Amino acid sequence: MKPIKRRSNAAVNSTLIRRPIQRCFALFLLPTMAAFCIGFLYPFIKGMYLSFCKFTTTSNAKWIGFANYQKALADPGFVHSFVYTALVALVSLVIINVLAFAVAYALTRKIRGANLFRGVFFLPNLIGGIVLGYIWSMLFDGFLANYGTSIVLNTNLGYWGLIIVICWQQIGYMMIIYIAGLQSISEDMIEAAKIDGANGWHMLKDITLPTIMPSITICTFLTLTNSFKLFDQNMVLNGGQPFVFQSNGTVIRSTEMMALNIYNTFYLNANSRGVGQAKAVLFFLLVAAIALVQLSATRSKEVQQ
Amino acid sequence: MSRVNAPAAIEHHERHTGKTVLTVVFAIISVLYIMPIVIVLYNSFKSNAAINVGTFALPNKESFVGFSNYVNGMTVGEYPFVQSVAYSFLITITSVILIILCTSMAAWYISRVDDIVSRIMYYLCVFSMVVPFQMVMFTLTKTANTLTLNTPWTIQIIYLGFGAGLAVFMFTGFVKSMPLEIEEAAAIDGCGPIRTFFRVVLPMLGPIIVSVGVLELMWVWNDYLLPYLVLDRTKYRTIPIHIQYLQGSYGHVDLGAVMALIMLSILPIIIFYLSCQKYIISGVMAGAVKG
Repeated sequence: MKPIKRRSNAAVNSTLIRRPIQRCFALFLLPTMAAFCIGFLYPFIKGMYLSFCKFTTTSNAKWIGFANYQKALADPGFVHSFVYTALVALVSLVIINVLAFAVAYALTRKIRGANLFRGVFFLPNLIGGIVLGYIWSMLFDGFLANYGTSIVLNTNLGYWGLIIVICWQQIGYMMIIYIAGLQSISEDMIEAAKIDGANGWHMLKDITLPTIMPSITICTFLTLTNSFKLFDQNMVLNGGQPFVFQSNGTVIRSTEMMALNIYNTFYLNANSRGVGQAKAVLFFLLVAAIALVQLSATRSKEVQQ
Repeated sequence: MSRVNAPAAIEHHERHTGKTVLTVVFAIISVLYIMPIVIVLYNSFKSNAAINVGTFALPNKESFVGFSNYVNGMTVGEYPFVQSVAYSFLITITSVILIILCTSMAAWYISRVDDIVSRIMYYLCVFSMVVPFQMVMFTLTKTANTLTLNTPWTIQIIYLGFGAGLAVFMFTGFVKSMPLEIEEAAAIDGCGPIRTFFRVVLPMLGPIIVSVGVLELMWVWNDYLLPYLVLDRTKYRTIPIHIQYLQGSYGHVDLGAVMALIMLSILPIIIFYLSCQKYIISGVMAGAVKG
């Protein structure tokens, strides 16, 4: 009986649901598909192609093979921006996740006003990077003026300033994810652990942390990719300043992250656009690799549970 | 709180004071946390000179200038602020509506018609989510110029195209979990696909529309680089572009007016947040799980 029933079901589905919808392809799928080709697919493929070309505009491209990639990797500014981005990403990753978890842990203790506090911590997240960067750049400069310096005059200040801005913006977001994870821990398990005599530290170590492992994975990778893709805040707050002039005449923009470095390679000098596009492809591969690692990490966790 | 454990009047009391301390600590942290916004707020009522001398001082009798910064802010810079606000609203609202409408339809098609085109489209959408904007930045700008998608009335197509990935992915996940029987019943009753979608499927998509809507809204409203590169900046600016131009002329510009404009730029966000905090947070949560 079973196979026959299933087949007839499929046949009914096919005539009732599938075929009629398929006939409306032009209405349902085509608009999104066309826009997707214009807004993503064509630019992506063309971008891939152009990374192997010398060009100043899309129409005068000349195939030159891997020369752009060689130049990109030999560019000390690009290598510096990679190291700098990694430093920003790692430090902000640790600070954001530790603080976001601590706040989430405290706010799920059913304290008074928890909803209000949660709302306050989340708010900066809704403000865009440009406005956010500008607010902080005025605050930092207002403060640093007392010491006769500025956020754009000192690489260390620029670095820590950026870390503060990133943390201020993202702690609330990660806190929300941690709160969701903490609320999913069942009361029964907590009860059982208490009866077994678990104290606060044991509860945290043996019950809470293992259960919210998925939230930790998500937050870790979100903070990592956010930092790697960071552009607006970096541009407004630092703009790559202070610049360090090398003995061979090249300039290293000391607080420049990868996205900003690529942008500057494109638009500060029209002759280096091929190199810029090659850098963009490398940047894309890096971000995609992080996403792939995340995917496999989440998958393996799912299998375990 | 509902479970009162027997052995613990003292412990309960201790925990209670512990919680009060925690509340006080968090109240202080919260105030410090929104301090940057508060400082901008009270600076927006101070004169330019007073801001330059002491950014952190509260306004007093001499430095308080009322709403004059807000009036000056309207004309500071070479582009009218009101126009930036109008374009920001126009682009954000129309783009989000277009994205929700088109991608929900596409997601329904993809889930119900499981053919090769659907599959390719779906995997391309997932793929597009990991591609950073810098990868397509230059070529997308050129494409937009060629197809005259570089005005506030046509840039929506670009937003639909570049934002489709996440939206299609989230909608498809939701549609796949919806029971097919309802649509079958509609079809048996003689509903064509168009009526089925708008009368039966779309109303059931409520929660996910809110999630996608919030995420896309936050993205388009705050987006800087895409409109900056695509739009003709002499004619059209959005709020982030406007603010960035002011910062470019840092030092020569009336700081009081800038503070006022920053307050005006975040005002819509704060109003939006206060009025639908619940949806925003649940939307963010749904989106975050997807990465």
